[in-house]
Amino acid sequence: MRIKEHPILDRSENRKSISFSFEGKEYEGLEGDTIASALSANGIRVLRDHGGRKRGFFCAIGNCSSCLMEVNGRTNVRVCTELLRDNMDIRRQDDKGSIFGGVER
Amino acid sequence: MNFTEVAVIGGGPAGLSAARSAAEAGANVTIFDRNSRLGGQLIKQTHRFFGSEKEYAGERGIRIAGILEEGVTAERITIKRNTTVLGIYEDGVITFSENGRYDKITAEKVIIATGASEKQILFENNDLPGVYGAGAVQTLMNLYGVLPGSRVLMVGAGNIGLIVSYQLLQAGVHVEAVIEASYKIGGYLVHASKLRRYGVPILTRTSIKAAVGEEEVEGAIISNVDKDFNFIEGTERQLDVDTILLATGLSPLNELIVNVGCKQRYIPELGGMTALRDESLETTVPGVYVAGDVASIEEASSAILEGIIAGTSAAIEMGFISEKAHRDREEAILRLNALRAGETGRKIREGMKKALTEREKSNVV
Ligand SMILES: Cc1cc2nc3c(=O)[nH]c(=O)nc-3n(C[C@H](O)[C@H](O)[C@H](O)COP(=O)(O)OP(=O)(O)OC[C@H]3O[C@@H](n4cnc5c(N)ncnc54)[C@H](O)[C@@H]3O)c2cc1C
Repeated sequence: MRIKEHPILDRSENRKSISFSFEGKEYEGLEGDTIASALSANGIRVLRDHGGRKRGFFCAIGNCSSCLMEVNGRTNVRVCTELLRDNMDIRRQDDKGSIFGGVER
Repeated sequence: MNFTEVAVIGGGPAGLSAARSAAEAGANVTIFDRNSRLGGQLIKQTHRFFGSEKEYAGERGIRIAGILEEGVTAERITIKRNTTVLGIYEDGVITFSENGRYDKITAEKVIIATGASEKQILFENNDLPGVYGAGAVQTLMNLYGVLPGSRVLMVGAGNIGLIVSYQLLQAGVHVEAVIEASYKIGGYLVHASKLRRYGVPILTRTSIKAAVGEEEVEGAIISNVDKDFNFIEGTERQLDVDTILLATGLSPLNELIVNVGCKQRYIPELGGMTALRDESLETTVPGVYVAGDVASIEEASSAILEGIIAGTSAAIEMGFISEKAHRDREEAILRLNALRAGETGRKIREGMKKALTEREKSNVV
């Protein structure tokens, strides 16, 4: 969900939309989004599986490593600070992910 | 290898003030910040600040960030955004990743101003998606315009818990309650009153026992606690919330302090493990300074003043002759003492005393 009206922040700005894929499905985010904010705006909160426990982001400023995901085949990307780009392929990470990067699924 | 006279790690209020002060005294400075925007925590703070006027109280945090950024436009200052400092080595080499590219630099003086991280607390299912830091959600909302959920439980009634709760209401999110384990509200009354006017209950002597949900937060179980913070049996109740926010304190972001080998001590008054330092904020490693939340968890105004102290001290120590630097340093020390005077500053004063005496005992020249 996105904030539509705000008494202090100007939310009228027109941000370009950015399409990306999450777990193979197409979604839209906005220019300036981090991967985490774009997922959150689409109601997606489970970002990875850690030893059988689901994890989301926690700190949102790149401190805590709770939000590591696989992005374009690269593992351990901190999605709370990584900016969203067109056509990114974003996947939930299973534990530490594969050290060989690109995971075939 | 690349060289800078003063390396400032972190571009929040502490780092920006340190960079400006050192540059004004004549030093060449490089600021490193992992973010694309300078200003640290200030860039997400839409509320008007408390503190003293000299440190811009009454302004909204986002605006203060802008003012501080205007202070670092001098030619002597190089700004590296999107640059995370990875390590500082014994031989003085600083390694960093700039837009994903690995590089190295050496510096004569290093000022560590990396800020703090939000504390997690213990309760069942505290790792479920939907349990977030309160500051994290402030970032999500005020920087990216995204809401965390629709019904929120805030844990902690200090200033951060109160302020972020109010900002959630401003963004149209329902705040079910603010709970606080202590018997009294820790934050300022003005912030608490705003919430009460919206009808948000602030429940003291209450804590969280568990987050409910399989894959993500679907509820919270709260319970009354006694004066020793033990749960009181039979007082549990479940709240219908999808988001649980923790505003239960911050701890210094001290990886680089550990890495460079500064002596540390656990000083709860200052927020946890923190570097021993002298009055100039120099740590036990010569030439390495700390300033801001990484030195002690306080506020933006004290971070600004500590930045000035560290920046001027580093430049003076390097031999730059500047009357202004001496004056600025003295004035910052006085203002900082004034800021920490009185009842609210007592904890910080006690913590500072520990950090200073321990540093003297550690006997470094
Ligand atoms: C919700 C909330 C409300 C607040 N309200 C007030 C208020 O009303 N008044 C007030 O005075 N204070 C307030 N504060 C406190 C104030 O924001 C902080 O005390 C202040 O920002 C600390 O400044 P700093 O420069 O030490 O750290 P920060 O502002 O945290 O800046 C640290 C910077 O370092 C960078 N960094 C960290 N690690 C690295 C690395 N390895 N490499 C490169 N860069 C790095 C970060 O990206 C960041 O920009 C509030 C804080 C919060 C969370």
